[in-house]
This record gives sequence, C-alpha cells and structure tokens, in this order.
Amino acid sequence: MAYRGILVDVTKCIGCGSCVEACQKSNQQPAHDAKGFNEQTYTFLMDRGNDTYVRRLCMHCETPSCASVCPVGALRKTAEGPVTYDPDKCMGCRYCMMACPFGVPTYEWYSAAPRVRKCQMCAHRGAAGPACAEACPTGATITGDRDELLAEARRRVASDPKAYFQRVYGVTEAGGTDVLYIGPRESKALGLPRVETSGPLPDLTWNALKHIPDVVLFGGVFLGGLFWLTKRKEDVARAEHAEKGEHHA
Amino acid sequence: MLKNRFASLQLGFWTVTSVVMIGVVGAIAFLRFTKGLGAVTNLSDTFPWGLWIGFDVLCGVGLAAGGFAVTATVHILHLKEFKPILRPTVLTAFLGYILVVCGLVFDLGKPWNIWHPIIMWNPHSVMFEVGWCVMLYTTVLSLEFAPVVLERFKLDWLLRLLKPITPVLVILGVILSTLHQSSLGSLFLILPEKVHPLWYTPVLPVLFFVSALAAGIGMTVVESWFSRRAFGKPIETHLLSRLSRVSVVVLAIYFALRMRDLVARHALATLFPLNSVSAMFLAEIALGVVVPMVLLAIPRFRESPKRLAVAQGMVVLGFIFQRLNVSVTAVEAATGRTYLPSAMEFLVSAGLVAVGIWIFLLACRYLPIFPEGAMAEEQRVGQPAGAAEAKPVSRLPDAVTAFDHT
Repeated sequence: MAYRGILVDVTKCIGCGSCVEACQKSNQQPAHDAKGFNEQTYTFLMDRGNDTYVRRLCMHCETPSCASVCPVGALRKTAEGPVTYDPDKCMGCRYCMMACPFGVPTYEWYSAAPRVRKCQMCAHRGAAGPACAEACPTGATITGDRDELLAEARRRVASDPKAYFQRVYGVTEAGGTDVLYIGPRESKALGLPRVETSGPLPDLTWNALKHIPDVVLFGGVFLGGLFWLTKRKEDVARAEHAEKGEHHA
Repeated sequence: MLKNRFASLQLGFWTVTSVVMIGVVGAIAFLRFTKGLGAVTNLSDTFPWGLWIGFDVLCGVGLAAGGFAVTATVHILHLKEFKPILRPTVLTAFLGYILVVCGLVFDLGKPWNIWHPIIMWNPHSVMFEVGWCVMLYTTVLSLEFAPVVLERFKLDWLLRLLKPITPVLVILGVILSTLHQSSLGSLFLILPEKVHPLWYTPVLPVLFFVSALAAGIGMTVVESWFSRRAFGKPIETHLLSRLSRVSVVVLAIYFALRMRDLVARHALATLFPLNSVSAMFLAEIALGVVVPMVLLAIPRFRESPKRLAVAQGMVVLGFIFQRLNVSVTAVEAATGRTYLPSAMEFLVSAGLVAVGIWIFLLACRYLPIFPEGAMAEEQRVGQPAGAAEAKPVSRLPDAVTAFDHT
C-alpha cells in the first residue's frame, strides 16, 4: 500500500452501523450509541433523511493542521497516510482541536491525565487497514490507495450524474484529505463541514513563522547598532564634559 | 499619619484577600488535577480554549510588554531619565510571565509535560515558538530582575558578573518579546474560517505586537500611579507624560494598521447589521484606542497623573478586550458555538492576578525596587520626627512589623 485513503460512497450506505460497531471494537471502546464525536466516539452516522446516511470520521488531511500546530509532534502524518497521535508526547495544549477545520479531535475532559482522541485510521492494525472498511457490508466505505480511490470516485460520479452530486468532497478541502466522500447531494446538505480554504492551512502559519530568522538577525543588528550609536554619543558628551572641567581647573 | 494608616490598612486588605484567594485557587487546583479540566471549566470539544488562554496567557504576556520597552529605552537608547521606572516595570513583566506559566499549568491537560518542546521539536508550530519564547524570556527577565535581589543581599561579586552582559540580555529580551507578542497573534492564523473577519487577518502578528507595546506602556503608567498611591514614591509626572506621548504614537500606528487592514479586506461591511459582535468591535476600537489616544494627545490632560492613569487604564482594558475578542468573541461569531467561562475559571484568573499584585507589593516593601530615597521618605512619615534623623536612612522598612500591623 502506497498511501492509504478511505472512500465513503453515501449512495451505498444503508445506515446499518457496522462501521461504528467495528470502530468501537477496534479501538477497545465499550459498545455505545454514537451521536457525535467524543472521547469514546471516532465515527458516527448522521441520518440526513430520505434514507441518506452520512458517516463522519477524521479526514486524515494531506497537510494536517493538527500535526502542523502540535508543538511537540504528538500528532503526525505518517508515510502510510493515517494521522496518528502519541499521548506520551502530548502536553495538552489543545491547539490541534482549535486548528482542525473539520472539528474532529476531542478531549478527555474528565480525566486527570487527559488525551486527545480521534480516528487514527486503525494504524494499529497495520496492513489490515481500517476496521470500518472491513466491516461495511455494502461497500459504502472502502479503503485502498488514495490515488486509485480518487480515480474510482471520479469515475462513479461521472458515470451516473443522476445518482451523484458532481463533486468529490476532500479534493480541495483544506488542501486535500485522504478521506473522500461522494454522495447524492452537495456536501453541506449531507451535513459535512464546509471548508472553503483550498490550500494547505499550515501555509498560513508558515507565512508568519518564516520571518523569525530575519527578525532575530536584523533585530539583533539594529538594536546592537542603536546601543552602540547612543552609547557613543553619551561617551563623547562625557569626555567633552571632562575636558571642559580640566580647562576650568 | 492618617495617610500611613490608610496605606497599611490597604496592605492588610490585600493580604487578607490574597490569602483567601490562594485558598480558593488551591481548592480549585485540587479539583482540576484530580477530576480533570471538565470538572472546573466550561471548556468543551467545540470550545477548547477559554478564559485561561484568552486572559491569563494572551493578556499576561501582553501586559508584561512594558518590560522590554522600558529596558530598551534605558539600556539601548540610553535615555537614563527613565531609570526610576525601570525596576518596577521589569518586576511587573517578570510577575506577568510567572503568572502566564501558572496559568499554563492550570490550562495544559498534562502540565508535567510542559518541558517537552525542549527535546521534541516542531518548528512549524506557533505553539512551539510560543513555548520557547516563554522559557527563554522568563529566564532573561529573571536575570534582568536579579540585580535587585543581589543588591538586597549584597552579593556584589554576582552583580559584577551580570553587569557586562546586561546589554546582551536587553537586546535578547527585545527580540524574544517581539517574537513572542507577535506569535500569540500567529496562533490564530491557521483558523481563517473560525475567527470572525473583523478580527481574522494575516497581519494579526503585527497587530498583536503593536497593541502589546501600547498595553505595556499603559500598564507601566497605571502601575506607577498605583505604587505612588500605595508607597508615596516620587515618580515624576513628566516621565509618565512623556511615556504617554509615546502611547499616542503607538496607538495611532495601531489604529492606522487596523483600519487599513479592515478596508483592504473589505471587512468593515461585516459590521452590519449591527449586533452584539459589532458592539464588541466598536467598544474595543473606540474606548480602548481612539478615546485614550485623543485624550493623551491633549497637553493639559497629561498634567494630572490621575488622568494619565485613567486614560492608560482604558488602553489596558481595551487591550484585554481585544485579546478576548480575538480568542472568544470572534470564534463564537464565526463558528456559532458559545462559551461562557465558569465561576471557577474566573476565580482562578482573578486569584492569579491577586497573587501577582500581592507579590508586587511585597517586593516593593522588601527589595530596592524604587529609586533611592523613596522608602526612606515613607519611613520618616511613620516615625517620630527625631527618630528619623537619628537613624541612618535605610531603604528597607522595619521588616515584618511594618508589614503586618493592620
């Protein structure tokens, strides 16, 4: 597997909840109703009416904001695709939760040693891939190489304009994600977050951060220069004063 | 005599308040560290940053900005006439940073990992830069403040060691402050769709730096006036007046930057229809920037230290308003989520401020913070006329008794 992705085809979903169940089992969470992201829930189904069910999960961005903002690199985009989390590194600043444009990461608010919680695309299962895709009986969630999945998504959308809204969600959102959606209606009607920024979000930060070396270099030279110039003025004044004093004496 | 009794009463009030506050904060800390952040805060998955980040960290760091401004004025520009306000300002900055660290210990989920950025690097993270700035600048500030303590304990050899590196420390301090103040603004750059357009702008780091400068100077004036009332220390009005003229220029630069940016991004249209969000924006700009800028520009207005303190107090409040608007109002407005800090969040923030004021007062009593003679003058007031003449003038008050009689 070169670069893993997940394709969610909303038109195929029957809302059985197998993915949710498999997710909870795979992540060793007690079986429970999943209504929204929380510390125990990495995926859930939204009933959008007319037999349309949309599942949510971490989008595993290609240039993830969460990993970019994490000061200690606890969140990381792995070479295989998943964005993973290492609780031992995390210091709990929760910047990842602020930064995620999809509102995915959650927190263990009632723990004395809290962790950030989110789907890690079952990175712990290795080559077996995400449990949700394995469990899905209808092929609404499939996993594979991201490029191949994207080609497949485009093919399906193009081949049946009646069944599909003509857009793949996850191509431009936040600079591209490894989880892709296709469905009968536009993404907002499906209840997916609207993310208008089409470039990588970390670039916005980098535009400011890249100036740091210059601030240090030129700030240092400028301030050092000011120090030297004004000090010299002071020294000269003092010397002149001393000289005058001598003459008077 | 009466004035002196008033001063000691005031200290008594602060002592009692602070002890109560420390007790309350301690109890909340116990809850927070045993039951988790959720037990004491109104933070949630949809609103993970609240008052402790918006006030304790963003404002704490900003209000400490007077430290680098005044040290640079005295040590880099060699404007020695500002020396009398140097030490109280550095003390304020130092306490500000200590309180930021305390605030972070409360706010971070796992504060015992606070040192991780030292060995786990991610230079692409603004928070990484913030972490390093906090560590380095707290160190610089403690070295800048160290001479006060060393003088008190007559450790002259250590003082001699510190003296030659002072210019280096000051330059380092200015650079670190510049980076730190601006990086707090950069924190929000990655949230283009989560911060209301009246506040989200690519120039946030610049705005944060300039407004921190204004707030730092404002804080210096307010705190000088405050210490003057508490200790009768002779800070000359003309110094505060000159500082306030600088404030006018800084506020004008800020106002120009802010307006130019809003116009360039066509963001002013989002002011309408007028609602609570636009009210917050207008309050921030009008009461925190425009009104004090105009007032401080009037020469006659600057003649009274009290009026200076009031106008600069507006600058400081406007600054706090701006930081909370960016971190709370703008996020609420853009995401439709709501957050109101819990009583315990307020109490911790208020408690930290109270402890800060308390330490400031203690330091003023027992350390040579004010220019020569200030304490001596106060001591004379409290003693029979003859005693003051007989005793050698010391900058230290009669220790514990002077502090505790209420």
